[in-house]
Amino acid sequence: MPARRNPQLNAHGELIHLLSIEGLPRDVLTQILDTAGTFLSVGEREVKKVPLLRGKSVFNLFFENSTRTRTTFEIAAKRLSADVINLDIARSSTSKGESLLDTIANLSAMQADMFVVRHAESGAPYLIAQHVAPHVHVVNAGDGRHAHPTQGLLDMYTIRHYKRDFSQLTVAIVGDIVHSRVARSAIHGLSVLGVPEIRAVGPKTLVPGDLAAMGVRVCHDLAEGIRDADVVIALRLQNERMSGALLPSAGEFFMSYGLTAERLALARPDAIVMHPGPINRGVEIDSRVADGAHSVILPQVTFGIAVRMAVMSTIAGNAA
Amino acid sequence: MRILVRGGRLVDPASGRDEPADIAIASGRIVRIGRAAQPLEFDAERTLDARGLLVMPGLVDLAARLREPGREHEGMLESELAAAAAGGVTSLVCPPDTDPVLDEPGLVEMLKFRARKLSRCRVFPLGALTRRLEGAVLTEMVELSKAGCIGFGQADRAVRDTMVLLRALQYASTFGYTVWLRPQDAWLGGGVAAQGAVATRLGLSAVPVVAETIALHGIVELVRATRARVHLARLSSAAGVALVRAAKAEGLPVTADVSINSLHLSDADIGYFDASARLVPPLRQSADRDALRAALADGTIDALVSDHDPVGADEKNLPFAEAEPGATGLELLLALALRWGREQGLPLVRSLARVTCDPVRVLGDALGPLGGSAGRLVEGGVADLCLFDADERWTVTPGQLLSQGKHTPFAHASAGAPLEGRVCATLVAGTVAYERGSRPAGAPRPA
Repeated sequence: MPARRNPQLNAHGELIHLLSIEGLPRDVLTQILDTAGTFLSVGEREVKKVPLLRGKSVFNLFFENSTRTRTTFEIAAKRLSADVINLDIARSSTSKGESLLDTIANLSAMQADMFVVRHAESGAPYLIAQHVAPHVHVVNAGDGRHAHPTQGLLDMYTIRHYKRDFSQLTVAIVGDIVHSRVARSAIHGLSVLGVPEIRAVGPKTLVPGDLAAMGVRVCHDLAEGIRDADVVIALRLQNERMSGALLPSAGEFFMSYGLTAERLALARPDAIVMHPGPINRGVEIDSRVADGAHSVILPQVTFGIAVRMAVMSTIAGNAA
Repeated sequence: MRILVRGGRLVDPASGRDEPADIAIASGRIVRIGRAAQPLEFDAERTLDARGLLVMPGLVDLAARLREPGREHEGMLESELAAAAAGGVTSLVCPPDTDPVLDEPGLVEMLKFRARKLSRCRVFPLGALTRRLEGAVLTEMVELSKAGCIGFGQADRAVRDTMVLLRALQYASTFGYTVWLRPQDAWLGGGVAAQGAVATRLGLSAVPVVAETIALHGIVELVRATRARVHLARLSSAAGVALVRAAKAEGLPVTADVSINSLHLSDADIGYFDASARLVPPLRQSADRDALRAALADGTIDALVSDHDPVGADEKNLPFAEAEPGATGLELLLALALRWGREQGLPLVRSLARVTCDPVRVLGDALGPLGGSAGRLVEGGVADLCLFDADERWTVTPGQLLSQGKHTPFAHASAGAPLEGRVCATLVAGTVAYERGSRPAGAPRPA
């Protein structure tokens, strides 16, 4: 059966959109991380700008609310000298009856060069990438439960920054994996970079057994899941998961799966603790851990800007 | 009109006959079928040259949505019945989930009347089992039956209240009506893709296999209690097949069908969120597909259906989960039945039985006098015929489909080799309902 070509790569295997980490060749991924390293210093200069996207229009198209991710994309695009237009569509155009593709067609008519898209439905950026003109690039800023590739890349950057080598690592991802695009992107990134042990930790409602198909070891016991881990990634528990049939309460989740200093002691002494933010203190993570010596949560944010600069400049340089 | 179909290879699954023979038609009926390779003497007004073609009974499709009334922009009787004729389908069953739903005799009469006037394909509507398909109040089944309904169902809307379902089965079976149910638990069936590695990887909400098996267990228990006749529509899983096999072995009055999509495809065909593979029931894994194929071969599943469901471009060009489920299918049914038969190594009369005499057997008494000859070729029977070229290869492109529904997962390269086998002419009640423009059935066959 002939496979359809991965829509984020051109015929030469170069990245033209960033839709998912899945299917990215290892050298493409590594090159983005290397490029991000060179951009990190831009933020420390007096003039925090490079001219790589000068004259280009980047549209931040957020069909789902987000302040943090949108802001970091905006900063990244501005440091590349692009013109940035923020559109918080958050369902308003769909409620006016305009379809997703009509919205894209209209914005394309305004000479957009790049769309940074967040959407509540898995796969929406693929639909957009299939319908934009060849010179227009699409960056997935989070689609449903499917992928959040720039978050995944900044997580990989952070791990590489602190651990250097991926080939000996044990990484534990704790919390609501099944609904998490962050977890999926991290799992793909870690797999591509050769991490030998990736653990998914949580109750069966949030970490079902069939996640093993993604190449992770499923653990329902937190102690087992973080024992001797080099990296612990705590995920944000969304408010809507904390009641109903997935979990009885936030308190009970914390009792069984909350990341406390005592539990973190089971991990390696030099373990790092990561979190995509915004954090729920006392739900998935205790303040002593979030603010503690192992935490690299704030450096993640700084790296995130450099990684997004690397992604945008990379895809803008490759033609369809 | 007096028509002679000359020189074709006659294939009649009901009798197992497969040999060259002429067919003479008059007044809508088959008046004579010739003997092997001996030309038939018949004073015909028109002769259809069937040399090099196969002549079979018209196909009987147990599941085709026509989108009328209510969704005319996505399909209309004119276009969808033209598509049926182009697919060699001469009788079809349409589900009741139109808008308004088929829960009033007047709506059914109008649909039957409109279809009859077009004389492209016989249309047999299913009536709604409950009013507005809400699963609360029974419809007037006797009235609806008189208006032309051949059975009663809920389309894709499960009856949540088990008491209502029990009563519906009791009431329908009082009058001998068949109840058509798609086995899917209402609470577990909310996802957009089958549970499995693909849905997990793509982050799509999933329908577990137990959504089908829990519903099947419930239905089988109710059939055991009521002895009501139930047709199980569109099985999707290996576990579901096993339950149906057991129910049949026990002698329960159940029949079942499978769609061309579930028979040939799997969730891997979703690819990169391809909305044409957004289907109900969702495509499951290849092990399920293999079990469905085997079950159709051994008769556990009685019929192969197109599950034709024309969806407009605006409803499909959406993110996967938001896209309306459904695919066009009437024009693909024959080629996909042939493909399955070839891949299973079945003789033609066995594979074609699943789209002709077997679905007629599922319909049973509901067809009335037509039941004696629909889906088969018999002297004195209705002249519903399909002439096709078994070797012609073709690729599905939206432009060539007569249906207003242009979306099908078989249009993609990932669905494999080109289709093989294409309809050249279709006769319904002895009149030509379809004839291929590029090569009319009477024209000489290109070398």
